[in-house]
Amino acid sequence: MDREPVLSGKEYRSFIREKKLFLLGLALATVAVFILSIALGSSNLPLGKVLAALAGRAEGKEKIIVSNLRLPRSATAVVVGVGLGIVGCVMQGVLRNPLASSGTVGVSQGASFGAAFAIIVLGGGAMSSNTAGATLSVINPALVSTCAFLGAISCTVVVVILAQLSRSNPGTLILAGVALSNLFGAATTLMQYFADDVKVAAVVYWTFGNLGSTFWKDIAIMAAAVVIALVFFWLNSWNYNAMQSGEDTAKGLGVNTRQITIWSMAVGALTAAVIVSFIGIINFVGLIAPHLVRRFVGTDYRYLIPASGLAGACLLLLSDTFARIVVAPIVLPVGAITSALGAPLFLWIVFKGGIRRK
Amino acid sequence: MIKAEHVRYAYRGAKEVLKDLNMSESAGHCLALLGNNGAGKSTFLKCINRILSRQGGVISVSEQDVKALSRGEIARTMAYVEQHTGVSRLTVYDTVLLGRKPHMRFGPGREDYRIVDEAIARLSLQEFQLRYVDELSGGELQKVVLARALAQQPKVLLLDEPTASLDLYNQHEVMRNVSEIAKADRLLAVVVIHDLNLALQYCDRFMLIHDGFTYRYGDASVITEESIREVYRVPASILTVKGRPFVVVDTGIAEGEEIHGA
Repeated sequence: MDREPVLSGKEYRSFIREKKLFLLGLALATVAVFILSIALGSSNLPLGKVLAALAGRAEGKEKIIVSNLRLPRSATAVVVGVGLGIVGCVMQGVLRNPLASSGTVGVSQGASFGAAFAIIVLGGGAMSSNTAGATLSVINPALVSTCAFLGAISCTVVVVILAQLSRSNPGTLILAGVALSNLFGAATTLMQYFADDVKVAAVVYWTFGNLGSTFWKDIAIMAAAVVIALVFFWLNSWNYNAMQSGEDTAKGLGVNTRQITIWSMAVGALTAAVIVSFIGIINFVGLIAPHLVRRFVGTDYRYLIPASGLAGACLLLLSDTFARIVVAPIVLPVGAITSALGAPLFLWIVFKGGIRRK
Repeated sequence: MIKAEHVRYAYRGAKEVLKDLNMSESAGHCLALLGNNGAGKSTFLKCINRILSRQGGVISVSEQDVKALSRGEIARTMAYVEQHTGVSRLTVYDTVLLGRKPHMRFGPGREDYRIVDEAIARLSLQEFQLRYVDELSGGELQKVVLARALAQQPKVLLLDEPTASLDLYNQHEVMRNVSEIAKADRLLAVVVIHDLNLALQYCDRFMLIHDGFTYRYGDASVITEESIREVYRVPASILTVKGRPFVVVDTGIAEGEEIHGA
């Protein structure tokens, strides 16, 4: 067989450069949306004042609006969006299911149960009223967050144990997640049935998802979890690439599929649990972000993971901005907006044939 | 190179598939694993590279028990090509680059790209290299996974029905590539295959598996009218066509009628 000299991956490298450019474009778009989200709100700020405030050169009202209200909120949206995007991307990969996200393994229902338990049984929530009307607030956010986290984690632990027992068959894992979600959902419903209406309202309010109640300390904890997950996922991107060709092929390529599946699920669920315990349930971002970018970067996880994260951040920033300005000064629950914006977008992808089974 | 002694395997909760398989094969050969559906050919192939863990006997590669090797070590020694490979939205180049996975730490380096380029050139895939594999035809895809296997730089190629669902041209194209690679690179190719004539044309060693046992094992002389009747339960004649053995299944031929070699 003759061996001609060949181009050393030259064409391939220029093809890869296009993917890197796409990532760069997406990153710039995220920055633009981030600045926009700070400028827009119940009182709009001119772009120049936003940039000045971000650089620490603003005074008075602008300074307070930007650094106390909008900057933490938008930073939360970025961290949460990136986290939910990358977790959704990896869950869809290891479970080989285009509908998977952190909710699939019961994180959302587990966290809701934990939060409900904290509010109803441990008395961590209450209703207060002010001039803008009745508002619900959680009087002991640390307690509620801790319980929500424990609820999400206990759900995840059960799913991971089932994964071990079922030899990490992706189909079984998804079914186990659905069953557990229902179990936790039922427990939450029963708790609400016996609780008074103020507490029920506080639980419902918690599940809406709220990006505005985080402090920099909370944001730092979430960011740490997201960065750890991002590094872990990215280091495994070649394993995920191999696993797309089927379990036996991946094993033949030296991938310990069982370990990778279980660890990825555990890291993903943990990250989602941290996020959900601080801000409540945010639907659809983790599901839709990977599908949005898959059309452009294919299923090469080296690029799909960061692209899903950036897409998640953009989506959540846009949704939250929309939620704040559409009927300002009332802030709509961002979880409802992500679903309302996400559903038609999702249908569009489905009917464009953008969703592939693997 | 590969040696198997008294290999046994049973799937969970099912009866034993492999009961007593024995073989010993050296590099530079192309071994055909033959037998009817459910005989245990694919199971044996998976036991060789430990996708399935054998339950009895010994399988060794270059004198080393496969159970003592890590998954990475196995992947650097043996390349496995599944019967129905999953297709994803990866390019041909990325798919072949996956063959370098067992050799790389975090990502591909200069040497990996060189080896991938070589594998792509060898199977004449240059013009496809940036196409997505989910857009390829069956024949093209089979060549891509063969190139991926080559990029692993293995000593053993394990192929599970590489010609299934391919057209006549691609069946021969794939098998010609496999037998040439085995000879040129001094590899051992182990191929599960159903087409006896394709096997006779491109392989030089044959193992007939029947009911979980090694029924016949050796060169082309083990393919006889009697062994075919015993293993596949069909009457067959072996003719000589253009100087090569050619199997004709006799079912449907009226008694007393004979086909004479061309």
